[in-house]
Amino acid sequence: MHYRNQASETGIFGVVECFSPQILAACPLVKNVLLLDSDGRRVAVKYYTDDWPTLAAKLAFEKSVFTKTQKTNARSEAEIIMFDNHIVVYKFIQDLHFYVTGGDDENELILATVLQGFFDAVGLLLRNNVDKRAALDNLDLILLCLDEIVDGGIVLETEASVIAGKVASNALDGSGSFSEQTISQALATAREHLARSLLK
Amino acid sequence: MAQPLVKKDDDRDDEVEYSPFLGIEKGLVLQEARAFHDPQLDARRCSQVITKLLYLLNQGETFTKIEATEVFFAVTKLFQSKDTGLRRMVYLIIKELSPSSDEVIIVTSSLMKDMNSKTDMYRANAIRVLCRITDGTLLTQIERYLKQAVVDKNPVVASAALVSGIHLLQTNPEIVKRWSNEVQEAVQSRAALVQFHALALLHQIRQNDRLAVSKLVTSLTKGAVRSPLAQCLLIRYTSQVIRETSNSQSGERPFFDFLESCLRHKAEMVIFEAARAITELSGVTNRELTPAITVLQLFLSSSKPVLRFAAVRTLNKVAMTHPLAVTNCNIDMESLISDQNRSIATLAITTLLKTGNESSVDRLMKQITNFMSDIADEFKIVVVEAIRSLCLKFPLKYRSLMNFLSNILREEGGFEYKKAIVDSIVILVRDIPDAKESGLIHLCEFIEDCEFTYLSTQILHFLGNEGPKTSDPTKFIRYIYNRVILENATVRAAAVSTLAKFGALVESLKPRIFVLLRRCLFDIDDEVRDRATLYLNTLGGDDSVGEIDNDVKEFLFGSLDVPLSNLEMSLQNYVPSEEPFDISSVPKEVKSQPLTEKKAPGKVPTGLGAPISNPTSTVDGYEKLLSSIPEFSSFGTLFKSSAPVELTEAETEYAVNVVKHIFDEHVVFQYNCTNTIPEQLLENVTVFVDASDAEEFSEVVSKPLRSLPYDSPGQTFVAFEKPAGVPAVGKFSNLLKFIVKEVDPATGETEDEGVEDEYQLEDLEIVAADYMLKVGVSNFRNAWESMDPDSERVDEYGLGARESLAEAVSAVITLLGMQPCEGTDAVPNNSRSHTCLLSGVFIGNVKVLVRLSFGIDGPKQVAMKLVVRSDDPAISDAIHEIVANG
Repeated sequence: MHYRNQASETGIFGVVECFSPQILAACPLVKNVLLLDSDGRRVAVKYYTDDWPTLAAKLAFEKSVFTKTQKTNARSEAEIIMFDNHIVVYKFIQDLHFYVTGGDDENELILATVLQGFFDAVGLLLRNNVDKRAALDNLDLILLCLDEIVDGGIVLETEASVIAGKVASNALDGSGSFSEQTISQALATAREHLARSLLK
Repeated sequence: MAQPLVKKDDDRDDEVEYSPFLGIEKGLVLQEARAFHDPQLDARRCSQVITKLLYLLNQGETFTKIEATEVFFAVTKLFQSKDTGLRRMVYLIIKELSPSSDEVIIVTSSLMKDMNSKTDMYRANAIRVLCRITDGTLLTQIERYLKQAVVDKNPVVASAALVSGIHLLQTNPEIVKRWSNEVQEAVQSRAALVQFHALALLHQIRQNDRLAVSKLVTSLTKGAVRSPLAQCLLIRYTSQVIRETSNSQSGERPFFDFLESCLRHKAEMVIFEAARAITELSGVTNRELTPAITVLQLFLSSSKPVLRFAAVRTLNKVAMTHPLAVTNCNIDMESLISDQNRSIATLAITTLLKTGNESSVDRLMKQITNFMSDIADEFKIVVVEAIRSLCLKFPLKYRSLMNFLSNILREEGGFEYKKAIVDSIVILVRDIPDAKESGLIHLCEFIEDCEFTYLSTQILHFLGNEGPKTSDPTKFIRYIYNRVILENATVRAAAVSTLAKFGALVESLKPRIFVLLRRCLFDIDDEVRDRATLYLNTLGGDDSVGEIDNDVKEFLFGSLDVPLSNLEMSLQNYVPSEEPFDISSVPKEVKSQPLTEKKAPGKVPTGLGAPISNPTSTVDGYEKLLSSIPEFSSFGTLFKSSAPVELTEAETEYAVNVVKHIFDEHVVFQYNCTNTIPEQLLENVTVFVDASDAEEFSEVVSKPLRSLPYDSPGQTFVAFEKPAGVPAVGKFSNLLKFIVKEVDPATGETEDEGVEDEYQLEDLEIVAADYMLKVGVSNFRNAWESMDPDSERVDEYGLGARESLAEAVSAVITLLGMQPCEGTDAVPNNSRSHTCLLSGVFIGNVKVLVRLSFGIDGPKQVAMKLVVRSDDPAISDAIHEIVANG
């Protein structure tokens, strides 16, 4: 009850959806998902806890994550860093930086799975043409993608082809339902993607 | 940041970076949102506008209340469109706008329609949106649909309902708890994620019911849980059950087989979760650890950085308690020192430092030296701290470790890093006698070229205490006097004090010190001159060279016996007058730090500017309050005020807590009362105290509270007389008496006639700890040695069966009410013995120091040795009596 009031006070337009972490302690929890460009500016971000209550705090966090990681090579494998009691896993492609943050006692591999799901789903949705320009051109898809991966800090789905399938179902056909066809399309793309990455 | 970007782009194209949102403006986008009202909706265009709105919000733009309401109303129109893509965007923006409850009503029916749609995607999303924005009253209307959705055959819909359930459980637990059966069914789902969400929700519904959780774990660990995420949850719940049941018998640990079998799972996240759970078992044995360590060791050589990091971090933790178990991984660990990921490298180094043996120290140090140059300061600090503890473990190796520290001290680095190094050297100098001279010289060399005033003054202070005790104090003088010539005023003043300390302790140096101090009399800074004058006079000038009495030493070396924050407060309150400031009037109680502050940054809504009550002012507040009451003015100075003790349950009609004020011959109970009934006004409020179980106390004054209106707290006092200087204890029962008058909450009018009534409060006790002030000492060993050994009293006690050593230690600390020193109140996990140092001031201003040694044996029997020293041997005996009776 108390929490409810607080949420409606803090942000009428809060990008934050807070869920009291102590109750969810036993459940893996994502604190934020960030997609930044190669200068550390926001492309799309989503915060799920009130660890960063103000916009300034969020931007400060993004800046420090960006500066601490920008020199690392996170292009083939996801990388990881721990600071200020947070664990951040991240992966870069072209001029896009993907980050997923969790608490310092979170299972690192769960966070990495969420990151990989996000990363691959964006790859599928942008048809492997992943860069900042494409991401901004398809910002609606990116935002829907975020919406399908984590709900209020709780992992919703980690399988990239399923995430992309859910998002694409409305991006691809204007009138249709959650059709079998689009899922199989997405799966086909996924398979193609996998084959290509194996051949590389 | 913009400049390098332009440069980089120079060779490709120098046009401005492309963005579809270039030049976007809130006002214009809000205008575009009018398209939502168009009777012929253009779905594509509307989607674009919503994307723009979301972009603005995402970039941190805020809408005013009016703007948001307008957008929200416009968006609700879009439910008319059948376009799926547009509908998804509508869901998204409604969630972002988080409408207020009166606005929610407008979309409720549309969303409820979608919840019953044939399209699964609509159903899933409508559930998530509705649960996000709804309040309790609406929830009862849609509960039926949600319950069905939990067992929906489409996994997306089921997951949406379950996840929403997890969120709703915190605001409307009674509703979600009614879904138990459906959720249980969903746990058996074939869809991996549904199983995960169902398990998470089911556990949360039952988390307060130990038996149910245990049953859940028992049944699921037998069956096959499909989803790796659900399996991770199950491992967490299992370790929770193990934690709660393991204290019974010493035999096989329940469920350990399950954890071990998870080490062979095919998903890495499950393997790791299980390995971590095993290493965190309380009282884990080496046999239990081995399989977990083995899988973690495999992870160390993985190609994935995340896996290496997770493994090395866990092993690092294990190394703190079971260093031997980790030694097998040392070879893999050493290869990680050169890992690209510096977090991994740092963790590897610090693990090695913990597990390494004496012979490997030199080799390790060599590797670390190469590594130090290319890591960030924060990692360096971790390494420095690890080296400090290594040095304390292998004192014989101090030479190479001290060399290492002095080398890195000379290199570039920020303040925090330098401070960590200096702190380490100071600790080594203090604890390893052989290292003293070389350590002090390293510090002297450092202040020759130190940019941090704080560190310079700290080192000078330390030098003053330790330098004179070395074999050749003369060699430090040059370094110190150089500070007087070259540094800023703060450092110069510190250097003057240090010189004076040398002068006081080293007779042969005294004349020369005097020459140096006299030169300081012409310093341009007041403080430096004042100090020089002061020390020249206290040290006796020319005439009485030879004898320096203890007063001078006490003045120079004794620590201030009041907490600095209290002194600051008292000085601020001091009004210049005829009466000089009296340092003995400063309260000595150390205010406890709010420990929770750092641990849970998420729980405090710091951004809201909520008024944070300031605990530091309370003691002063009490003193002022009491001295303003004439009846209590003859009681003398207040010795101690306790923390408020609640005398009523939460949420009762009248909330009462009590603060115990201890004076030398009196005790005052301050009852803080709050009336929580709007329809009542209380008058003539008193507390009737029955002190028949407290023989040594007799009531002298009772000060009633004239009126207690709704929700504005008031105080009533009762004072007792007690024998002076005796820590009398006793139990008091309390009865709240008052006259009730009815109030009409609408008009605020009070009826004239009142009724007498009473209200039973809980009992209150005066215990021995009430006569003890928590006063810390900065250096326990020095303080201990400076006390008269004749005042020492030693005895041993059996504390019987205790839950753990930590619990026994904290029980004794609470009983005595003393301040734990040097962090000795923290008991490391699994330790079999522990020493705890306490200090405090007993009533009558008697300084007391206590050394507690605890030991625990197999069946949790705790024995304790208690050694007390105090200013008064009778008090030492009294402390023993407290423990014997406690």
